[in-house]
Amino acid sequence: MASQTLQSVPAEPVPERDAGSAEEAARLEAEGQAYFDRVMAQDSRIEPRDWMPAAYRKTLIRQISQHAHSEIIGMQPEANWISRAPSLKRKAILMAKVQDEAGHGLYLYSAAETLGQTRDRMMQDLMDGKAKYSSIFNYPARTWADMGAIGWMVDGAAIANQVPLCRASYGPYGRAMVRVCKEESFHQRQGFEILLELSHGTPEQKQMAQEAVNRWYAPALMMFGPPDDDSPNSKQSMAWNIKRFSNDELRSRFVGMMMEQVKVLELTLPDKDIRFNEGTKKWEYGPLDWDEFHEVLKGRGPCNAQRLERRRQAHDDGAWVREAAAAYADKQIRKQAEKEYAA
Amino acid sequence: MSTPETKEAHTEGHGDISVGVSGAGASGDGSASATRITPGNALRPEDIALQVSRGTAKPSEDAAEFALRLGDDALVLAQRLGHWISRAPELEEDVALGNIALDQLGHARSFLSYAGGLNGKSEDDLAYFRGEEEFRSLELFEQPNGDFAVTIARQFVVSYYQFELYRRLTESTDSTLAGIAAKAVKEVDYHRDHSAQWVLRLALGTDESRQRIIHGFKVIWPYVDELFRDDELTGRLAESGAGVEPSSLRADFDRLTGEVLAEAELEVPQVPAAGGGGRQGKHSEHLGYLLAEMQVLARQFPGASW
Repeated sequence: MASQTLQSVPAEPVPERDAGSAEEAARLEAEGQAYFDRVMAQDSRIEPRDWMPAAYRKTLIRQISQHAHSEIIGMQPEANWISRAPSLKRKAILMAKVQDEAGHGLYLYSAAETLGQTRDRMMQDLMDGKAKYSSIFNYPARTWADMGAIGWMVDGAAIANQVPLCRASYGPYGRAMVRVCKEESFHQRQGFEILLELSHGTPEQKQMAQEAVNRWYAPALMMFGPPDDDSPNSKQSMAWNIKRFSNDELRSRFVGMMMEQVKVLELTLPDKDIRFNEGTKKWEYGPLDWDEFHEVLKGRGPCNAQRLERRRQAHDDGAWVREAAAAYADKQIRKQAEKEYAA
Repeated sequence: MSTPETKEAHTEGHGDISVGVSGAGASGDGSASATRITPGNALRPEDIALQVSRGTAKPSEDAAEFALRLGDDALVLAQRLGHWISRAPELEEDVALGNIALDQLGHARSFLSYAGGLNGKSEDDLAYFRGEEEFRSLELFEQPNGDFAVTIARQFVVSYYQFELYRRLTESTDSTLAGIAAKAVKEVDYHRDHSAQWVLRLALGTDESRQRIIHGFKVIWPYVDELFRDDELTGRLAESGAGVEPSSLRADFDRLTGEVLAEAELEVPQVPAAGGGGRQGKHSEHLGYLLAEMQVLARQFPGASW
């Protein structure tokens, strides 16, 4: 690993050196920046104890916590169908999938915590409406076929976005993404399988599948974020080796992937403008309604209020449980200390 | 049937929040994902369905009825617990309660696949196309989730009961029942640990949590007696060695739950037992709503494949 050849500079100044002047602080800062720049140049990894620019830290906290929030809020549209899943096997798979998402939220909050932000604070920001999460989860899951479309398209888009993140320059994030991506690819397959089963079922089932694909297509494409010329943060994130491909590049690849798979499903994508451009070797697609995207992002989507209220309610209802667990743990620690003192 | 040696009481070491099962939870390996197929040769519901369809496993009439009872218990509980996923007090509990729900659903699918083998019905035929009075689950399992304390009280009683039941069934003369029980008992052992830890935390945590868990047990305890009621079927099954008399589980249940309750400084609630006729299809008012929700989509498309 390349980082072994690099001299890591601690994020926290060493105490005896800290006593020094502003000059010393500036020297340490410069040393840290030089180390950071070498890591970027060698496409290696920054670890939690390494020096990093404040803006890099802030960007990562924002991105990783948004990602975690998306996992947690994303549990809701699917949890909505656990109780009504039409077969026991599907019920088991769906339960396991939603449970995986809670697990992804946990890894990601943990990764963000290594940057100095507490999970409680991140949760609070989510519930206060200060933090964002993927807009796609503000759309309702109206029918069982939405479980298929969410798995195939939403998780498919997430994978296209996330596979490059396994190489993100921040170590804990990249490593969390490796496991998340493995599970996401299972989720996508189960979504595809649901749609395949429906499209080969009764005419009503096939129609249900087609309508779900129609509903989720545009929101799934918008998951990659605004077009490149309207994505101010992308350039910096690419320079920091967090982001590897532009929004439009990933979106185009995703369309190509869906075009192949939709044939197997014997369904169609609701976009007559999709074509492969032989010149650019890229997939092109019809215009997307970015006004709607921004509306949903600002909180005016169909389910924004519902999703946040559900999260707040679960949090509030559980407050007494968390307090009890903390009080019990404290008592156990005190008991242990008294025992040791007596001995 | 003979009773396997009682294992050491499982009530020690609840001071920390580890799950007490090596390899479970935050082990960091890929096998911890519930969406991955259990490695090794664990008995899966699909295997049982296959054995039944090939005729290599066929339950007696009594064994099928017994499997139906246990399958319905687990299914109804899985349906209840599934509601907590995305609503639990902590993310860790979304995962834990989800896991327990999944385990119960797995047991239900195995028992129902086997029960259906008597007359060519699938797990889904039995789960989705029977009415309320055809369900054989005990009333305890359909009791509403209530607050977290009620759910924990219910889970505590269920997991200690199921552990004693499955532990004995591992020696059933019916090899399919024994196989299902062998897998289930390991999972239910973890459910015991989870619920016992929460009983202690809630009882000895804050004043509010203590009041709530006392209330939870009061709500749940009227349905405890029904778990241990014998009838003609269990008599015949115990005689043949395929099953067990529920009353024979009571002493171990009382002893082991009693140890945890004593540590938690809780008393067994003095409340009258509810009548309870779940095994004859006479349920509390709660089951109908639960089934209506569970079955609605499947019944909208009878004969469809999913």
